[in-house]
Amino acid sequence: MRILTSLAALLIASQASAYTVYVTNEKGNSLTIIDSTTWEVTQTLAIGQRPRGITISPSGHELYVCASDDDTVQVFDTATMELKHTLPSGPDPELFVLHPSGNPLYIANEDDNIVTVVDVVNKQVLAEVPVGVEPEGMGVSPDGKVVVNTSETTNMAHFIDTETFEINTNVLVDSRPRFAEFTKDGSKLYVSAEIGGTVSVIDPAAGEITKKIGFEVAGIVPEALQPVGVRATEDGSKVFVALGPSNRVAVIDGTTDEVIEYLLVGQRVWQMAFTPDEKYILTTNGNSNDISVIDVENLEVIKSIQVGEQPWGVVVSPN
Amino acid sequence: MRWPGIFQVGVVLTALLALPAAAEEQMLRAAVIKIERETPLPISRLDLPLPDDGFGGARQATRDNATTGRFLGQAYETEEVTVAPEALIETLDRLVAEGTGTIVAIADAPDLLTIADHLAGQPVLILNASAEDDALRNAECRGNILHVAPSRAMLMDGLAQYLIWKQWRDWFVIHGAYPGDLAKTESLRRAAGKFGAEITEERVFEDTGGARRSDSGHVLVQKQIPVFTQRAEDHDVVVTVDENQVFGIYLPYRTWDPRPVVGDAGLVARTWHPAFEGWGATQLQRRFEKAEERRMTDLDYQVWVALRAMSEAATRTSSDDPVKLRDWMLSEEFEVAAFKGQKLNFRTWNNQLRQAVLLADEKLVVSVSPQEEFLHQVTKLDTLGYDRSESTCQF
Repeated sequence: MRILTSLAALLIASQASAYTVYVTNEKGNSLTIIDSTTWEVTQTLAIGQRPRGITISPSGHELYVCASDDDTVQVFDTATMELKHTLPSGPDPELFVLHPSGNPLYIANEDDNIVTVVDVVNKQVLAEVPVGVEPEGMGVSPDGKVVVNTSETTNMAHFIDTETFEINTNVLVDSRPRFAEFTKDGSKLYVSAEIGGTVSVIDPAAGEITKKIGFEVAGIVPEALQPVGVRATEDGSKVFVALGPSNRVAVIDGTTDEVIEYLLVGQRVWQMAFTPDEKYILTTNGNSNDISVIDVENLEVIKSIQVGEQPWGVVVSPN
Repeated sequence: MRWPGIFQVGVVLTALLALPAAAEEQMLRAAVIKIERETPLPISRLDLPLPDDGFGGARQATRDNATTGRFLGQAYETEEVTVAPEALIETLDRLVAEGTGTIVAIADAPDLLTIADHLAGQPVLILNASAEDDALRNAECRGNILHVAPSRAMLMDGLAQYLIWKQWRDWFVIHGAYPGDLAKTESLRRAAGKFGAEITEERVFEDTGGARRSDSGHVLVQKQIPVFTQRAEDHDVVVTVDENQVFGIYLPYRTWDPRPVVGDAGLVARTWHPAFEGWGATQLQRRFEKAEERRMTDLDYQVWVALRAMSEAATRTSSDDPVKLRDWMLSEEFEVAAFKGQKLNFRTWNNQLRQAVLLADEKLVVSVSPQEEFLHQVTKLDTLGYDRSESTCQF
């Protein structure tokens, strides 16, 4: 009986975590596909040039990739991994975020100081929103009403109204803001500042910084602690921050907004994605050409998986 | 419009003016002042000075600053001034009278000191974008100058660290005889002592004048340089010091002994390079090239950093008062991101901007110093140039 129970548990566990992981390899011009049950690479595809930002439709049917040097967003059919079409993205797209409904797509165009809003069904540009210098990070509020863009040289988080396409709030943060992540209840916004070395916790309703989180690791020079990607769990209890060239991921207690742990991952850790069951969070490590798999419950790095050259972005299928 | 046909339909361009601005607009008026001095003609026509060298960087910085400023009710205006030495004082007076709060100087050390001393006590922020003299960071320092240009010592220390990392410890130094060359050779000797290299021999290449270039000039050079470099003491590398580009680039491929050439030819220590793509630099290269229709030079970069640093202070202090800006820039809170992989700020003991140094050949960046292996108790950036305990600057 005991054997049967554990066997059943094993089955459920393996069923629950059967996701597909997609990784863009910036230098390799390729996409690596990984099976989350075995953590094995199942496929490597040659795709557009300098692929960076990557996201997936809520249905899991369409995969979107910023092909930065091709000035386009490529859309793949996840069933066949065939290129379906491209979207007009504006020049040099780097990062984007999909509206919670699956449409439209908000793209940061770093060369032109604009955020381009694209209808992914009609493949049309709906708006271009002028923002600060070198737009980069893109976050969307859970209700889809606000898109936040961070501008790396202007050092602001710009709050864009998704109905009017106008900026209604600007929040000055530390140098070179890279990423914006809302908690799922919309009550907090985390913005990382790579050169400033901090993560600002912002109250989106007030448009004010409530706390700045700093980082400190013994034996690592402070300038190497460069926050880039940020991900918060569904319940907001844990926030993960990728710390670039320090090869660490910081884990933050979402209640106190204090760092509780630093995890050693691969080199130059950049972006991250949870599996939908939030058992794992995956990190792209650009200089060691691998991804690290972190056990979210136990805060342990359980595996490294070799991928293509300079992995940049990662997304996991929703089902 | 970027997209043809159908994509134009339905595009909403949010007007810049519609964005919320602070009640009262501040105007940050700056001038980039270039003092005309005769310099020797370089031997390669590719090195002929660009008429707007530095000004391109000023325009790019002003565009970037204005983009940021429009969210904060701050406007930016930058005047480009080219002036003869005789007209320097009256130009300064005019600029100050017109309310110019920031002066970025493209000037040699004596002219820079003229500017600083003439404006001493006035509420003007002075940023040195070009003078690399170590003396300006030591005995000849001034409290009202902030140095964005690296010192010769910083450049030579950056080069030395890489040569040591490569285990190229024995140096054959060939330097010019212009005052700048002599000063830079002194910085080079200091770097050799600091990082444990040995200068096995020094030779001087005198600039005897005459035409820089002539048809078939290479025939003569091909014979002269091997003769000039023969019978040198054993060395791993030839280090050349030739700030005016009048002989250094003759050395590669022509030396008696087959050795790499570094310094002011071959592998060069510098602040910027048009092929540099590290830490997001491609973004600045691309927007500069798009607007200016040429490549970005070191001087463009240094002027860009100077004006960006000023704007960073204006953003953080919400002020257009030059005294407040300078205080902020010299405070611990100040940081500016300038594509060097970490925040840059000023050394308080001599007002020098800390910065990484690129080591590049014609086509690519080979390395960036400080090298990881050289440690420092405060920041590795302070392994370049005069550290707190070494500087003789007293404000």
